[in-house]
Amino acid sequence: MSRARWLAEELGPPLAGVAGLLAIWAVVAAVTDSAGIPSPSIVWSAFLDGMRDGTLPDAATKTLIRLAFSFFVAVGSGTALGLALALNWFARRAIRPIVVALQITPFVAWVPLAVIWFGATERAVVFVAIVGSFPSMTLATLQAIRQVPPLYERAGRTLGARGWSLYRKIIVPAALPGMMAGLQQAWGFAWKALMAGELIVAAAHAGLGHLLDPRSGASVPTLFAALAVIVVIGVAVDYLLFGQLDRRIRRRRGLLIET
Amino acid sequence: MANAIRTLADRPSAPAEPKLALRDLVVTRRTAWGETVTATDRLTFDVAAGEFVCLLGPSGCGKTSLLNVLAGLVEPTSGQALLDGRPITGPGPDRAVLFQEPALFPWLSVRGNVELGLDLIGVPLSERRAVAQRWLANVHLEGWADAQPHELSAGMRQRVALARALAADPDVVLADEPFGALDAQARELLQREVQRVWVESQNRKTFLFVTHNVREATLLADRVLVMSAAPGRLLEEFRIHAPRPRDMDDVLIARVVSEIHALLMQEVDASVAREMAR
Repeated sequence: MSRARWLAEELGPPLAGVAGLLAIWAVVAAVTDSAGIPSPSIVWSAFLDGMRDGTLPDAATKTLIRLAFSFFVAVGSGTALGLALALNWFARRAIRPIVVALQITPFVAWVPLAVIWFGATERAVVFVAIVGSFPSMTLATLQAIRQVPPLYERAGRTLGARGWSLYRKIIVPAALPGMMAGLQQAWGFAWKALMAGELIVAAAHAGLGHLLDPRSGASVPTLFAALAVIVVIGVAVDYLLFGQLDRRIRRRRGLLIET
Repeated sequence: MANAIRTLADRPSAPAEPKLALRDLVVTRRTAWGETVTATDRLTFDVAAGEFVCLLGPSGCGKTSLLNVLAGLVEPTSGQALLDGRPITGPGPDRAVLFQEPALFPWLSVRGNVELGLDLIGVPLSERRAVAQRWLANVHLEGWADAQPHELSAGMRQRVALARALAADPDVVLADEPFGALDAQARELLQREVQRVWVESQNRKTFLFVTHNVREATLLADRVLVMSAAPGRLLEEFRIHAPRPRDMDDVLIARVVSEIHALLMQEVDASVAREMAR
């Protein structure tokens, strides 16, 4: 396949989807003609203004630093807990239900508690993002390990793998594709929880979530522009980083069905 | 050559120093619907060091269960499974296992799969590559070292599994119908590899090879043990003294094949009759 054709097949459908969405948005904005739904062109100029006066890049940088920190802590602790639960049946029976409870707790519910515990600070926001995303990683790790074909474990043990080496060299590599799903899910949850935190905890200024807050004095077009930046960064990281990583892992194992 | 093949009576002879020994081994397993099935029933036999033994029997007669016990993957319900006179407590790299499926690890290359076994027994990194390369060359796959398992044919994958199993230089090789799913040519190639490896090991490697293929058993084994329909007991033992490499067209080999085949078919019929009576 030529590179041009590959690009067209790779980027064509998503771009068509975005174009369709923009068209519907433009029509709705024109028909309703309300200040609540600014047209794409007004949002675009608000975006350019935000880029020029530095509010958007500053907010995005602040948010991404918080996000990177929360995400790595959540993935690290989530994976470690998932492994620990997979290794020990007692811990699994005791702790897994609690993790499931955390998973189904709406992350917004953590915001007031976080403010009570940490004050209206950056720490409160990061706490919400971590608590909102690590259960996905733990449960995905646990599930992925449970789905490792028993044959791999048996083969590994007859080759001399035991205890920790069995996990490090056989079980975890075998579970990696399933764990990737948890990684992507944790990324989505970390974003959402962080935005909820930044939106509500007013003191955590200068994040993208803060720009979504009408109390910040931002205009409706600026709010839309901030929302667009959030979505674009989130999708781009998901697609370019996790999506490609996932494809590489699957292709290497012969699990990728090329269409 | 008249007595090159001898058929012995019921009771297997006991070698002085058995490498593997089963003593009144009973293995039960639970079926998916919760029934307890006796896989092997007070099974007793020895395998001498350096011997090549094939186990034949109708499907469901407990061949796989007994192999799993010797591999250390399953605990016996009663009786004993001994390695060098000591009870087997778990799996270990001294007993390589060839499964029905190649069981290659899909995240590793062909080379990586062979090297992993060496890594697990503590072979230093610098030596691993050379040993893996030598074993891949032995199974004629040196050109495929960097391929992923899914890029290989079924026969090639089973050859990698053979290389992986033997690279760690195990004393015992336990094989559970490893070539059953292969096409005729691939199977023949692998049978030749196994024969060569065993001959080259000069009576140091002990093989216990489960198969449902009478010709395969006769081609490979010093001794063929025929098991009864479930619950598995030992029915008959055939000693085959024909020199290696063996030729399937050999009249004596052909005769013993038909003899074992006739015995096996009786058991298969019995096993089918029992299934229908349920």
